[in-house]
Amino acid sequence: MVVDFGGKITLGEGSAMLRRMIRELLDTGHRKILLNLGDVDYIDSSGIGELVGAYTTVRGTGGELKLVYLTKRVRDILQITRLYMVFDVQADEASALRSFG
Amino acid sequence: MAAQSQRLEVTLDTQLESVDLAENIVTRVAEAAGFGEDDVHKLGMAVREGVINAYNYGNCQDKKKKILLTVEFEPEQMVVHVIDEGCGFQLSDVEDPLADENLLRTSGRGIFLMRAFTDDLAVRRGPTGGTDLVMSKKLPHRVSGNGRS
Repeated sequence: MVVDFGGKITLGEGSAMLRRMIRELLDTGHRKILLNLGDVDYIDSSGIGELVGAYTTVRGTGGELKLVYLTKRVRDILQITRLYMVFDVQADEASALRSFG
Repeated sequence: MAAQSQRLEVTLDTQLESVDLAENIVTRVAEAAGFGEDDVHKLGMAVREGVINAYNYGNCQDKKKKILLTVEFEPEQMVVHVIDEGCGFQLSDVEDPLADENLLRTSGRGIFLMRAFTDDLAVRRGPTGGTDLVMSKKLPHRVSGNGRS
């Protein structure tokens, strides 16, 4: 399931929306989730926490969560927090979809 | 002639909206001070994280408490203070978010990000016993137009 997420993932509505979205996807049986963050230009520590929470929640159900099309700012933050190597960041949607087990 | 000091002081309510407000104030000030786009973003982010800290951990989301934001210009640097009315904390008590065992924690990265985006971060005791987060960034280099010092 490819999900396009845009705007900011920050404390408040942005983070809450991500949390709700992941919950809805899991509740409707989706276990292979590809988050397209190409339109996310800003993420703070709360947003990072939500991404990590989404990752561990999806994994806890036996699923997979991957990221694609990171903007430079989001990629830089994930790199300095060592999360770039935790998340399965894909170069493009096609290769991301092929990579799902 | 003595250099004029410039200082901005804003008292923020302990509410979510104050996080965006503080960031917007500091980014506008940083832009006016001549920082480049990247540094403006970093300063905004650092202050954002500082106010989130004050909101969540310092003031424990208590609407009766306030967060004081000050921005000062020293000869070589811009210094931002975020002061809460909480109980204070020790930097040594903050776990390393880069440690393997902490990577999948959903919180605990604020201090790290403040450090990453500023030249210096100090944690001091505020005037009412809370925390005073002091963030500083060197001012952008300026060259006078006629080459004179």
